[in-house]
Amino acid sequence: MKLVSQAITTSEEFRANREGHLAALDTVRAAAEAATAGGGQKARDRHVGRGKMLPRDRVAGLLDPGSPFLELSATAAHGMYDDAAPCAGIITGIGRVQGREVMVVCNDATVKGGTYYPMTVKKHLRAQEIAEENHLPCIYLVDSGGANLPNQDEVFPDREHFGRIFYNQARMSSKAIPQIAVVMGSCTAGGAYVPAMSDVTIIVKEQGTIFLAGPPLVKAATGEVVSAEDLGGGDVHTRLSGVADYLAEDDAHALALARRAVGSLGTAARTPALRLETPEDPAYDPDEIIGVVPADLRTPYDIREVIARIVDASRFDEFKPRFGETLVTGFAHVMGIPLGIIANNGVLFSEAAQKGAHFVELCSQRRIPLVFLQNITGFMVGRKYENEGIARHGAKMVTAVATTNVPKITMLVGGSFGAGNYGMAGRAYSPRFLWTWPNSRISVMGGEQAAGVLATVRRDGIERAGGSWTAEEEAAFKRPTIEMFERQSHPLYAAARLWDDGIVDPRKSREVLALSLTAALNAPVEETRFGVFRM
Amino acid sequence: MFDKILIANRGEIACRVIETARAMGIRTVAVYSDADAAARHVAMADAAVHIGGPAPSESYLRTEAILAAAAETGAQAIHPGYGFLSENPDFVEAVEAAGLTFIGPSARAIRAMGLKDAAKALMEEAGVPVVPGYHGADQSDRTLSKAAEEIGYPVLIKAVAGGGGKGMRLVERAGAFAEALESARSEARTAFGNPDVLVERFVEKPRHIEVQVFGDGTRAVHLFERDCSLQRRHQKVIEEAPAPGMTEEMREAMGAAAVRAAEAIGYAGAGTIEFIVDGSDGLRPDGFWFMEMNTRLQVEHPVTEAITGIDLVEWQLRVAAGEPLPKRQEDLGIAGHAFEARLYAEDVPAGFLPATGRLAHLAFPQGARADTGVRSGDAISPHYDPMIAKLITHGPTREIALKRLSRALAGTQVAGTVTNLAFLGALARHEGFARGDVDTGLIGRDIDALSAVPERPESAMAWAAMVALGLDAAPDALTGFTLWAPQTRRITLRQDGEDREVTVVSHSGTAHTIALPTGGTVEARFDGGWRLDGDKAPAVHRAGHHVTVFEAYGLEFDLIDPLDRAAEAMAGGNLIEAPMPGLVKAMLAEPGQAVTAGTRLAVLEAMKMEHALTAPRDGVVAEVLVEEGAQVEAGAPLIRLEDDE
Repeated sequence: MKLVSQAITTSEEFRANREGHLAALDTVRAAAEAATAGGGQKARDRHVGRGKMLPRDRVAGLLDPGSPFLELSATAAHGMYDDAAPCAGIITGIGRVQGREVMVVCNDATVKGGTYYPMTVKKHLRAQEIAEENHLPCIYLVDSGGANLPNQDEVFPDREHFGRIFYNQARMSSKAIPQIAVVMGSCTAGGAYVPAMSDVTIIVKEQGTIFLAGPPLVKAATGEVVSAEDLGGGDVHTRLSGVADYLAEDDAHALALARRAVGSLGTAARTPALRLETPEDPAYDPDEIIGVVPADLRTPYDIREVIARIVDASRFDEFKPRFGETLVTGFAHVMGIPLGIIANNGVLFSEAAQKGAHFVELCSQRRIPLVFLQNITGFMVGRKYENEGIARHGAKMVTAVATTNVPKITMLVGGSFGAGNYGMAGRAYSPRFLWTWPNSRISVMGGEQAAGVLATVRRDGIERAGGSWTAEEEAAFKRPTIEMFERQSHPLYAAARLWDDGIVDPRKSREVLALSLTAALNAPVEETRFGVFRM
Repeated sequence: MFDKILIANRGEIACRVIETARAMGIRTVAVYSDADAAARHVAMADAAVHIGGPAPSESYLRTEAILAAAAETGAQAIHPGYGFLSENPDFVEAVEAAGLTFIGPSARAIRAMGLKDAAKALMEEAGVPVVPGYHGADQSDRTLSKAAEEIGYPVLIKAVAGGGGKGMRLVERAGAFAEALESARSEARTAFGNPDVLVERFVEKPRHIEVQVFGDGTRAVHLFERDCSLQRRHQKVIEEAPAPGMTEEMREAMGAAAVRAAEAIGYAGAGTIEFIVDGSDGLRPDGFWFMEMNTRLQVEHPVTEAITGIDLVEWQLRVAAGEPLPKRQEDLGIAGHAFEARLYAEDVPAGFLPATGRLAHLAFPQGARADTGVRSGDAISPHYDPMIAKLITHGPTREIALKRLSRALAGTQVAGTVTNLAFLGALARHEGFARGDVDTGLIGRDIDALSAVPERPESAMAWAAMVALGLDAAPDALTGFTLWAPQTRRITLRQDGEDREVTVVSHSGTAHTIALPTGGTVEARFDGGWRLDGDKAPAVHRAGHHVTVFEAYGLEFDLIDPLDRAAEAMAGGNLIEAPMPGLVKAMLAEPGQAVTAGTRLAVLEAMKMEHALTAPRDGVVAEVLVEEGAQVEAGAPLIRLEDDE
């Protein structure tokens, strides 16, 4: 069934929405551009002066010409560490090498020598997690001094810290997910294990070094004086130690060798059951998304306006359209790939939650990937709803979403508040990818509501003690909370901390979903066994 | 009419003859050498017979093999094309002795025109003007120099048996005659085995104008003139018909003289009477002289076909089959103007050296006739003339025909070998030529400007980069997708041996900015097709890492693959080292020895196994560093090669 848009693209409302979104996009773009510049011009000049390619040029040089590059967390660590680690000092993303989708993890040595801040570790681990879930070969373009020492307590000891990188490499290798390292600079201390733990390692002559302890540490420990090249240069590792397998003349040669290595991997074991259709453009221009979606989160709108601008031919086979209408469910294709869409069209009621669980079961049985378009203020509250067991129905949806084995991709297109986040495959529900729009907001509840809850508790206390609280005093009390929520719910704040996989331009949602789905389909879809549904 | 003919030739002329024969319902037999087994003329013919090795003397010049092929296939007549056996009277006699028809003149007519001095004497008798000169049998120095005095300097000394400029000398004054005579004789002896020369008046600002004739053995008609003055070292480059500046009066005089010449020798079939014309003061009926007669179909015959609307090969076949001349002189007329340019595989900057190579791509534009014997994928072999094609344009006026020629040359696409296309293009745009102010010295005078490398638009290199990267295909929705940061690729393109770095910044699959080493940038945008700074992207051909951009007559680029570059660098090592400890069982290399990659240089015995050490690259052994029987450590240098160039 082709969706019919009610939007008037010439309206004042459309224009105002568009301007609001463009302003939000500009903020994100500025952050992304700053991250792209890495450690600044001086550091970049020094890097290039050593005959090294800049990290983004390395990534581009590795990928097939014309390959899409689905970059992850392009604004990671934004506003953190005094902005000392743009992009968290590491570029990660999915691209094609020799026609095969791979995960690229590339250190940016222009950012504090490529050392690992806590967010660097998190970003590296997240890339590996995506690679592992979606069976994507990993290519590590290594140029890093190892752990960032001033932050050692937040990068070294814990489960999801530095050591996990190598654990992941070993686990992935054991699952036949290829691990390829290209050593294009330092690879010191713990970092030395990235190439050592890889299936295939390439090292650049007189540029790449691998050692557990660098020359200064060796001198301090044993008094031995040795050059970096003699200690762990490319010649040493390809001729004597065997830590690396191929010696490259320079960066370009190393990337070519890596491409050749990927060429011998063969093709991915894709999901055979899924029938792909011929891609068709949506009947409505995806560029209109930012005009049809209100710039103000609080203004309700029909999510089908978005769906019509994302799916092939704007065709949407809506499931249970007359039941639980605040949740829109249905089948569609994005660039020929079948998918089930679960999208919010208002607050979640019991019926909507039941319908959502039902739809997840359908897609799981048919092994169709799920896309969640999340714009949710939460489940309906109040006596009527609690008494009818909205928690029970909500739990059904959460159980279904948590236990299904089909790939889930979540796109945060509006608010993500409270338990709605859970039912709609928030970060905790391990969607394969979680993307956000610049206008989205995420927090446990709205800032106003949170401040209101705190103010109510406070007022009760004051009044119990016989005191009085003026409206001005209450407003002053609430302001910091509201401001804190506002700051912390901003997508840049969220993306900086890797609560998601990055902010995307809403107009590119279709491509982002297509690339996410394509990546996800590299791994066979396992059969689902749901947990116990509270009936 | 014949049912089946054999074409004793190859290349474009064999294809040309087959086309007309086929149009006339005549079956065709091709002959071919080893080198031509897959050639176009073989593919076009109804039957093909292998006649020997690649050298012409082993195949296309072997009378008996050709006659055997005709007998085997039942061909009734033989078309000789041009070159090879076409003007060999012995061949004509052999064909006739075998009971077959030779499509061309009689052996007698060919012989009559074979020797230049005899031909001139014959023509003089027939009342055809010849250049004042001495054509006598007395070859003494005295007689010849006296003759030169009588004719008046400047004079030309020419080999009697000559052709192609060999054994020819221009002498400006009496003092230089003796020396010029000696060198002309010596060259003639080497080239033709006959040192005899003739002396002629040197014509100022000479033009080469020839008249196409057609005879039935008794009567002849002429099909007007062709001007072939655009020559480089006596090789025709661009021909045209009619001749610029030709007057009705002179045309009539030349035509009449040509018909007289043909009839004087009872000529049958297509022939050409070449005249030298004094172009110093316009064309005058008393300013042309007989040079020689070509007793065959000429390379440049298509320009005559274009202006007369006559298929000369059809006429050849009809006359050879015994039909009368298809038209009378008064029925023949000229319509418009035509040009022919000869496209060669040759390296113009290197001094027009013949080139070889495989034509990775060959395409001709609409609006021009292209006579060719090769297709995409065919090789230009060193055994034969490296002509790729003849491009012929026709128009109502000379100006239009020439503009069409310019356009046709610009639109011709050749990849895989160097060509003279740019040279032809420059010639077609030459101002003097455009004015019709031609003479045989034009090319020589302006050779530097004409063979200069044409200006190269920046967009060509930008587009080559896009093509080398494979970004020139129609992008799909996901091509080049990126969320925020554009993708930047730096690649190395080699042009004329120079490595140039080009940066391609991809904003999306449909928008790229290409930064060039010159500092310029080119914007590539896709909108149904690719545009470079708003202009349609040129056609290209890509074979592996080699890209030809069909702009400025074809620009060649190579994408430098880092893997190849590294392999070169690795193979460039000078030292051959022992890969493991062992005994030098044999030292095969000797200082000064030239080796190729893979040559065995030494044998090392280690772990009870013999290991051959081979040359990593082509080179020369500079030094042998250990003796046979020596025990060596791993990594010990054994042999040093001389530094690579």
